[in-house]
Amino acid sequence: MAKITVDGVVYEVDPANNLLQECLSQGLDLPYFCWHPSLGSVGACRQCAVIQYRDAEDTQGTLVMSCMTPVTDGGIYSLAAEQASDFRADVIESLMTSHPHDCPVCEEGGECHLQDMTQMSGHNYRRFDKQKVTHRNQNLGPFINHEMNRCITCYRCVRFYDDYAGGTDLSAQASHHHTYFGRFEEGTLESEFSGNLVEVCPTGVFTDKPFSAQYTRKWDLQTAPSICNGCSVGCNITPGERYGTLRRVVNRYHNEINGYFLCDRGRFGAHYVNSESRLRSARDASGMSVSTTAIEERISEFTSEAVIGIGSPRASNEANFALRSFVGAENYFSGHSDAEHEALQVLIECLRDAAFHSPSVRQIEQADAILVLGEDVTNTAPRIALALRQSVRNEAKALAETSRIPNWQDAAVRELAQESLSPLAVFACGSTRLDDIATTKLNADQQTLIEASNALSERLAGRSPAYSQQTLGTTMQSVEATYTALMSAKKPLVICGTGAGAALMRCAANIARALSVSRSEVCDLVLLPKEDNSVGHALLTSKENTLSRALGRLANGEVKRAIVIENDLFERAPTALVKNALAAAELLVIDQIETPTQRYAALSIPSATFNECEVTKVNYEGRAQLSFQVGEGCDAAKPIERWLNVEGSAHSNSMIARCAAEASDFESLIDCLPDPLGRIAGLKVPRQSHRYSGRTAMHADRNVHEGKQPVDDNSVMSFSMEGMLTQKDSSVLASAWAPRWNSNQAISKFQAEINGELKQGHPGVHLIKRSLNGQAYEAENSVNKNLGDFEIRLVSHIFGSDTLSSHSPAIQKRLCDAYLALNKEDALELGLANGDFVSLGGAEDSIILPLIVRTQTPSGVALVYTGSSALGASINPHDLPESASLARVESEPSVHPTGLGLSNLVVNDAYSGAH
Amino acid sequence: MTDRPLTKNIDLSRGALSLKEYVAAGGYAGARAIANGLEPSDVLERVKNSGLKGRGGAGFPTGLKWSFVPKSDDVSIQRYLVVNADEMEPGTFKDRMLMEGDPHLLIEGMIIAAYTIQATRAFIFLRGEYFDAERSIAKAIAEARDSGYLGRDIFGTGFDFDIVLHTSAGRYICGEETALLNALEGKRANPRAKPPFPQVSGLWGKPTIVNNVETLCNLPGILAYGVEWYQSLGSGGDFGTKLFGVSGRVNTPGCWELPFGVSIREVIEGYGGGMQEGYALKAFLPGGGSTDFLTPEHLDTPLTYTAIGELGSRLATGTMILLDDKTCPVGMIGNLMKFFAHESCGFCTPCRDGLPWVDTIFRDLESGKGSFKDIDVLKDHVGYLGPGRTFCALAPGATAPLGSGLRLFADEFAAHVSGAKCPYH
Amino acid sequence: MQQHVIASSSTNARLRARDLTAEEIAEIEHELTLYPTKQAVGLEALKIVQRHQGWVSDESMLAIADYLSVPVSELEGVATFFNLIFRRPVGDKVILFCDSVSCWIMGCDKVKKRLSEHLGIDYGETSAGGEYTLIPVPCLGDCDKAPVMMVGEKMHRNLSCESIDSLLPLSNAEGSK
Repeated sequence: MAKITVDGVVYEVDPANNLLQECLSQGLDLPYFCWHPSLGSVGACRQCAVIQYRDAEDTQGTLVMSCMTPVTDGGIYSLAAEQASDFRADVIESLMTSHPHDCPVCEEGGECHLQDMTQMSGHNYRRFDKQKVTHRNQNLGPFINHEMNRCITCYRCVRFYDDYAGGTDLSAQASHHHTYFGRFEEGTLESEFSGNLVEVCPTGVFTDKPFSAQYTRKWDLQTAPSICNGCSVGCNITPGERYGTLRRVVNRYHNEINGYFLCDRGRFGAHYVNSESRLRSARDASGMSVSTTAIEERISEFTSEAVIGIGSPRASNEANFALRSFVGAENYFSGHSDAEHEALQVLIECLRDAAFHSPSVRQIEQADAILVLGEDVTNTAPRIALALRQSVRNEAKALAETSRIPNWQDAAVRELAQESLSPLAVFACGSTRLDDIATTKLNADQQTLIEASNALSERLAGRSPAYSQQTLGTTMQSVEATYTALMSAKKPLVICGTGAGAALMRCAANIARALSVSRSEVCDLVLLPKEDNSVGHALLTSKENTLSRALGRLANGEVKRAIVIENDLFERAPTALVKNALAAAELLVIDQIETPTQRYAALSIPSATFNECEVTKVNYEGRAQLSFQVGEGCDAAKPIERWLNVEGSAHSNSMIARCAAEASDFESLIDCLPDPLGRIAGLKVPRQSHRYSGRTAMHADRNVHEGKQPVDDNSVMSFSMEGMLTQKDSSVLASAWAPRWNSNQAISKFQAEINGELKQGHPGVHLIKRSLNGQAYEAENSVNKNLGDFEIRLVSHIFGSDTLSSHSPAIQKRLCDAYLALNKEDALELGLANGDFVSLGGAEDSIILPLIVRTQTPSGVALVYTGSSALGASINPHDLPESASLARVESEPSVHPTGLGLSNLVVNDAYSGAH
Repeated sequence: MTDRPLTKNIDLSRGALSLKEYVAAGGYAGARAIANGLEPSDVLERVKNSGLKGRGGAGFPTGLKWSFVPKSDDVSIQRYLVVNADEMEPGTFKDRMLMEGDPHLLIEGMIIAAYTIQATRAFIFLRGEYFDAERSIAKAIAEARDSGYLGRDIFGTGFDFDIVLHTSAGRYICGEETALLNALEGKRANPRAKPPFPQVSGLWGKPTIVNNVETLCNLPGILAYGVEWYQSLGSGGDFGTKLFGVSGRVNTPGCWELPFGVSIREVIEGYGGGMQEGYALKAFLPGGGSTDFLTPEHLDTPLTYTAIGELGSRLATGTMILLDDKTCPVGMIGNLMKFFAHESCGFCTPCRDGLPWVDTIFRDLESGKGSFKDIDVLKDHVGYLGPGRTFCALAPGATAPLGSGLRLFADEFAAHVSGAKCPYH
Repeated sequence: MQQHVIASSSTNARLRARDLTAEEIAEIEHELTLYPTKQAVGLEALKIVQRHQGWVSDESMLAIADYLSVPVSELEGVATFFNLIFRRPVGDKVILFCDSVSCWIMGCDKVKKRLSEHLGIDYGETSAGGEYTLIPVPCLGDCDKAPVMMVGEKMHRNLSCESIDSLLPLSNAEGSK
């Protein structure tokens, strides 16, 4: 620690940081634009100027940019000195010369960092009376608005988009005061993280397009702390609601998980809750609506005979637990596909294993050698891919350290390190969206991936691996390079996912175990499930209770009744199997959205969406997190546990308590509940801001009398502006606000230090104790495939491969048709070109898909994207053979084209040329 | 021995000397001194002792600059020498003469510098519009390569060295050495933060020295004739010779190699032939567009970094721009402000957004739309854009003629407002 | 093994790259031997294409980006940064007219006015027949011979209204642009 004096006050600060960061950590108000807590310093905006004094004798001082000034022990500084404050006022005056001052019609208004800083810097009289510079805007696609006239040229957008997130299609263009930030040509921003521009931009150049279409000022939004349901990472989000509809999602800081950034699936996918696909009222088999009383009666008598309950990875712990207690544990079955269920068993075994540690996203960023096995992380757990883009920069940071360049000197570190990357090995079938930063890429079929993994484990165990003749060359090179990288790293990391399959997950575990043994330390291992509560659901389900067993028992008439919650079984098992089972059963379906499964339901019942209930979910680390209700949504919808009316379901706290008490592994779930002492004077925490307006009028179209605010007996939060904002419990901090800080940058006032923990700690508890001393798995066997057949491998896309987000209207504009991909040579051999139709297997009823040439597809492999069920244009992945012969056909594809074609596809290896 | 080490071979009425002619004229003697057993540390010592200061404008001691390259015996660490030949300072026309007139002198200087810092590769960053210089240098490089002066094991020293000639595409900011490095890397030429200095993290992150053309051209003489000789040239604390130039309404504008310490009067009235008939000297910028105005009362000042510095201006490039009594000083400053505003790279706020405001005010003053409030804004910008405020030295350079001009020509500025037109029109 | 970043990873690009000519490729290939990264050749490649095509079209931008495996948006950032990369068509002869301080003192405004009258174009414009484009250029470093201008690669010095009259029509040096 170093001691510095700022305006006469002595502070203890971290000498590793720059002065601006330390001033903010101390809670001082010092304006800035180009600096960002995650992006570091470049010194462009000059807004954070302060005076630095040589010593106590120095009365003059020197003007310095605090973001570019390392703190030194004994340093004397002034923020208030006239020379500094005058300069800061000059800077903001300059920045505002061409700003359009269109705050009243700007989406950023009221939460604009530029507004805050303008006020803070004391620019309130405008002298500039010359012509402003204006720009043309670009259509940047369905997510992001572009209003360049508002730009103050802080360079944050390109620093985030290109430097931090690895995007390639946004750049700074032109120069001097014509500097422009945009694409080469109009078109959709390609990065999976483009939505962060909305929050990174300190003003309204990049704004949230879906939000604009249903705009509400920040202070009129009702918000609550929530957890994203887009994937298994569990990013913390703040959804905003008004008039009963979800308006937008913004990042909610969690220093161990998402930090300041979300992916676009999370940010824009949540709009499914407003979509036409919502199941808004209960209905019977004939489509007639059913009253709430009738539903409740029907449900209560449903257990008069044996009932099978099929749970769901996208339903909460409480919903799954309620179903389990409703039908009995022996009748509660996995809602995962059998393959996913098997893979999840591996995942949970590894979560219990003392040889491994499951790193948080923040810890992933600290890894300095990584193996990603069989997973295209950007498309399955995007926020982790963004973290990996930071991990590979540890090499640059290490180089900088040896040259004594501080890590916060962002541009200097990049200029020094250039293309130097920490080792990232990607062993995968086909191209992944991290290939551009992979230092080793093994691009191969499943058999080779398994072989390479086995070889790597052997190598790590100190044995010499056996390679088959075909794979000796590149495979051995990749294995050797990866071996060296992992062994010489300080913090090696192995990543795999259920999308890669149980076999590769076992391989990944073996590699991590071998590393752990040879290095005599716990090894970081990330195994990624597909959905937001895959782990929670799997923990509640017994290993034997697979989905196919449930379907079998229904099909053979052993059990005649079934309840399916938040699940479309046609995405989980072969169509024929599901049809047979469902046709034979009396079926209750409770879901948020309409699905094909409901066609077989005697009763379809609407359940509450993530923003309409207070529930917990378990992420990939085994971390349980509480997500609060944001507002009142669909009138007819209720949380599943309340429909099932099991003991304790009337109150979410009691449901959580019961789950914690009764379900094994869930003991510490109770710790997710907010600390009752965190509330001030026992007051509830308001979901509405102190400026919330229009409450007396907002329902006047229905009733001129001001209705009573809905009461939330369920929560520490109230549907009201009354109460006290929390300063004491960060788990109930939805929207950061502090005097003079109306933008998201206000979060610094709640952090123990910049980029640190929130002052009252972070929400979420790790459920699983690592008590198991596991063994290596048996080496995996080979894959069976007929000679000449193509191995069929599924690919995921960030937009389309997830059920709920695909119903969001904004996401739907980014979807594409189902396709089959081959490399150039294989396509040529089969006489196929882009857009041709290909049949799998050649039988009459075989699946037919349009072809796209993806150059990185391993030879002998066909990659299949099964399309989006939300558009009714998907094939059931479980109907696909493991391998098939391929042939060109003239007949129409199995799913009707959505009209979107493949034009939205963003991949690294699309081939546009002719043969 | 010569008293014109930089230009003794230059005769613009004929082409540059070929390598053979250059050698015949005593060229590459400095490089041969290396072959005769000078260690890099010996060369560094000599250059330090010579007192050579950078001729690009800032006047930083060259030997000291070189000494910041981290010492390492590890020859596998790539180091680079970069020649700043992006001459674009308004009113500056000295490096052009050296490159067109005697390219082998530059190459010899580069060999000496590269050997000293053990840089096996050099880039000449040449202004894109200097086509004649490009042809001249390209020919000289080819000759040097053919004669084994460039390439592997040059002069039998075991030292490998080669030169890449890079031509730019027109951007004043590339003259800023770190912006130049970004441009060479194929990036937008925004300057880089210092520290780290290029000597530590330069081109592609490697230790790099960036020197001006004229600076490097001083080196062959220092090695060939020695430090003592070098120091005997020049007076007033600055050693060697310098190219001094005069443009504007003099009878014989031009650029001449003269020893430090020569008086301004001697250059303007002697070499420059004095003011043209009907024109009187009103003021002048002593070293290009980024220096403070001086006035006729300063004519007897010796041309040294110190003496000009003491007057509150800078020697900088040593090329003087003369303002005569028939030319509007406000118009002249406005012309410079338009240049600086246009050439701002757009990275930092004061420069990017401040200079265009200044530029617009000058346009308004010129067209009679200016106000006294505008003049106040100009005055404010002198401090706002000054040294230490901005990311690099471009905008502070602009404040030199602006600030001094506002002081010296207050009446003219006021006349533009009160008369609602330019009084010189 | 470093993977190439492809110019555009989205399949929805509207514009398509043109084919580079063999000469352009040969010259770019030569530059690639001189620099350690492909990115460093970006500006060189832009200049090469401009020398052959007169200017750098969107299709050329895409072609260069593809060839060098650099993102086209990044290349656009470089192309638009430099004064002398033309992203719009120019005339057969580009006149770079120095309007900086020494030339201004020596009366370049009058000369420019005369030139504009002759050609019927102002700064940034191309004459009706597509013959000339007039562009202001910062100090050409020939201040002792002010006013000056450059046409193609040829300098014209000590300009006056009279000399403009006698110079036109202007020709490029060595017949190149």
